[in-house]
Amino acid sequence: MYIGQVAGTIVATIKHPFFTGRKLLLVERLELFGQSATKYDIAVDTVRAGVGDRVLVLDEGNSGRQVCDVEPWGPVRAVIVGVVDAVTLTEEAT
Amino acid sequence: MNLARVIGTVVADQKYPGLSGIKLLIVQLLDRHQHPIGDPVVATDATAQAGPGELVFIVGGREAALALPETFVPVDHSVVGIVDQVDLK
Repeated sequence: MYIGQVAGTIVATIKHPFFTGRKLLLVERLELFGQSATKYDIAVDTVRAGVGDRVLVLDEGNSGRQVCDVEPWGPVRAVIVGVVDAVTLTEEAT
Repeated sequence: MNLARVIGTVVADQKYPGLSGIKLLIVQLLDRHQHPIGDPVVATDATAQAGPGELVFIVGGREAALALPETFVPVDHSVVGIVDQVDLK
């Protein structure tokens, strides 16, 4: 899992049937102190996250399919599984 | 999943049996501002409707094969949607 920031939304009409009725968000990966990294994912939202939210992203197929309740066939990997309220780091990390 | 631009098609007569009838595309991965990143890859088209020039989103890894009718096939990237609109804040 990693922490990301929702940067935008993706709209698609023609798509695999799995994505019908599912919200797709573009999530920028964040570095340790909240700077945005260059990596991003298009993730399926499962927690009603919105643009600007800091979110917890899971990028692993088996868990993604479990969360979306589409075992064993869904072509999904990145899913948003939480909206982050706070992150605390130890002194050594800072 | 990542954004990508379809930049070409691939025709292969002889291929793994589970892939017959599956369209192959050459796609260039894009960053979030739609600038190219990395090398182009060959992806299967799970929408069956994507064509050159289109902005699409692709899924990579084992999940790419799960987008196809036959799921036990040697595939590592699949086009799973054609993007109409990207709204960045």
